[in-house]
Amino acid sequence: MKKKNESAIFFSRLWKFFASIRLTVVLLLSLAVTSIIGTLIPQNQSPADYFHNYGEFFYNFFSALNIFDMYHSWWFQVLLLMLTINVIVCSLNRLSTTWKMVFIKIPRFNVSKFRKLSNKEEFTSNRPLEDLRNKYKQAASKKYGYYRAEQTDKGFCIFAEKGRWTRLGVYTVHLSVILLLLGGLIGSIFGFEGFVNISEGETVNSIRLRKTGQTHNLDFEIRCDDFSVSFYETGAPKEFRSTLSIIEDGKFVLKEDIIVNDPLRYKGINLFQANYGMLPPEEITLNIMSRETGMVYKKKTKIGQPVELSEGVGTFVVKDYRNSFNYKGINLDETFIGVLNRKDGNSINIMLPLNFVSFDNMRKGDLIFSVADYDNRYYTGLQVTCDPGVLVVYSGFAVMIIGCFVTFFMSHQRLCIEVIKIGSKTKVMVAGTANKNKLGMQTIVKNFSQNLAKL
Amino acid sequence: MNSSNLLSVVTFVYGFAAILYIAAWIFKKTFPGLLATWTALLGAVGNAAGIIMRWVESYTLGIGHAPLSNMYESLVFFSCTIVVIYLVIERTYKNRIIGAFVMPLVFLAIAYASLSPNINDRIQPLIPALKSNWLIAHVVTCFLGYAAFAIAFGISLMYLLARRKKKGKGYLLSQFPGPAFLDNLTHQMVTFGFLFLSIGIITGAVWANSAWGSYWSWDPKETWSLITWFIYATLLHARLMRGWNGKRVAYVSIIGFMAVLFTYFGVNLLPGLHSYG
Repeated sequence: MKKKNESAIFFSRLWKFFASIRLTVVLLLSLAVTSIIGTLIPQNQSPADYFHNYGEFFYNFFSALNIFDMYHSWWFQVLLLMLTINVIVCSLNRLSTTWKMVFIKIPRFNVSKFRKLSNKEEFTSNRPLEDLRNKYKQAASKKYGYYRAEQTDKGFCIFAEKGRWTRLGVYTVHLSVILLLLGGLIGSIFGFEGFVNISEGETVNSIRLRKTGQTHNLDFEIRCDDFSVSFYETGAPKEFRSTLSIIEDGKFVLKEDIIVNDPLRYKGINLFQANYGMLPPEEITLNIMSRETGMVYKKKTKIGQPVELSEGVGTFVVKDYRNSFNYKGINLDETFIGVLNRKDGNSINIMLPLNFVSFDNMRKGDLIFSVADYDNRYYTGLQVTCDPGVLVVYSGFAVMIIGCFVTFFMSHQRLCIEVIKIGSKTKVMVAGTANKNKLGMQTIVKNFSQNLAKL
Repeated sequence: MNSSNLLSVVTFVYGFAAILYIAAWIFKKTFPGLLATWTALLGAVGNAAGIIMRWVESYTLGIGHAPLSNMYESLVFFSCTIVVIYLVIERTYKNRIIGAFVMPLVFLAIAYASLSPNINDRIQPLIPALKSNWLIAHVVTCFLGYAAFAIAFGISLMYLLARRKKKGKGYLLSQFPGPAFLDNLTHQMVTFGFLFLSIGIITGAVWANSAWGSYWSWDPKETWSLITWFIYATLLHARLMRGWNGKRVAYVSIIGFMAVLFTYFGVNLLPGLHSYG
């Protein structure tokens, strides 16, 4: 018996702890402050970089606290979890009271409470009671969803209200926060994020996961039919476009172009244009010029395939292609690297940067090599994601916008018109309350009263 | 005359309006106040015309896009939204002293855009990541939010000044609106800003999901917008549920606006995806 009691006490304490708005304030501010850390310290970089930048002590210290991937660290997740529990408990705690208030069959009104309001309006009228009663009822019904008239000793009262349901607005905002966190959780458990590079003409059926670096097989194949990149006159990139085909069970399914901001979605998997690159060319046309005679020969070749040079000088072979090549501290960008093997046994490396055609001239050799032409082949870099939580997150977005609007800009307005006969005249009082924007309600009451006085 | 020239003129119009608002407050005269309102209105019309002209110019250059794509364009739009929201407030509450606290901010924003050597006012073509229908929705909602927070910041400063009136100081404060009114107006601006900041973050997330395949990636700008959201969420909860008001709310509103500024400017100093401003 005692034990049960103890656990009940513990539970009620825990409930109280999570039902506190002070906790909400503390959690929100803690999330705000700790989030700053991850914007100052770059996230998810290589350990070597961190070690180099922060030194051994701070490297170990930050690692221990998971600062290098802080938004996925246990302590940040605990903060988020606590906020979720806090939101749920606070909402449940207040919901029952609000629920009873919102779904009441006959709203209760208390005239004396309205009489005590400081912002009430009063005027007198000469018209008969019955006349006013009908006119006022009509006026109230125009502006308010609910109204009723009650007979009193000296006259009548009209009660009207609208927006009772808006009291639920704040709960929908809280619901939306829970939906967002839930959607995020679903995504992190059942979804994945990866990337794949596909050369033009090539087909792949697996991708590499970003988090673990492991290979992940897809249920279908992706073929890159074409890739193109275009530039503005300023040199800034204009468009990256990949033509992709989806092949399933050996059968062609669909073909679609993707560009940045317009991905391909197939079977819950999204393919995004992320980057691109040049592939090592296959066909190369070399220009070989003799320094002495100025004669130019053109030779077609492939990487690794030796070219016989005329006049029995020897052979030339293009060994390698690099997307960037560092020459004495200067980046030459796309560069072929070749070797000249002379008959006499001498061999020298020759750089053929594509952007600097006359580069080999500087070597002062008897033969000057340059690249006249080569085939341009690209690979496309795709971001591949699957996130079954997105729908939940998006519904959370919609609920949040609607909920915020209702919570901030709509209110539960209650209005009371009391009419009393005094001698041959009638005295009219108009008063109203709202659960939000009380200043605005004052204006509404004033305008409503002025309208009634004109009737 | 091209849009950049027009917007440079608008900068000086706003500067003049700011001086007039401050003069009207200090010298308690109606005429400079009236002139200030019309000057601010003229500035807003010129500002809007500048934005439209720039839009048209981008099409004549053959790279047509909404003028919301870099720091210069966003600052110009930012100042326009602040002035429009401010003029609505002035008309609603018939108070010009607020202008003395808001218009200098507008002037600073557009002056920074027009005069700072770090900010390029040339019309540039859109990079692939920005080519999306979400661009307009995202930028417009974010800046409506930022503008409301900027005005809330100005009013919070006024609130902190107005509280000193009680202690019997002040010729300058004699016509100040009451602290209760300022407190309420701060709250109104913060709720308006919070709604639009939320929509701004949401449209950004939906956009990111269609461009990069992930609606949230803890990029510094995203994270800072969330930090800002947390701060204003704190303000709303503390005020509505714990009865915070006055001084504490004013301080949180000021801190919130500092976070807005950092989200806007500071993040460009940090590495991340949002490198275009």
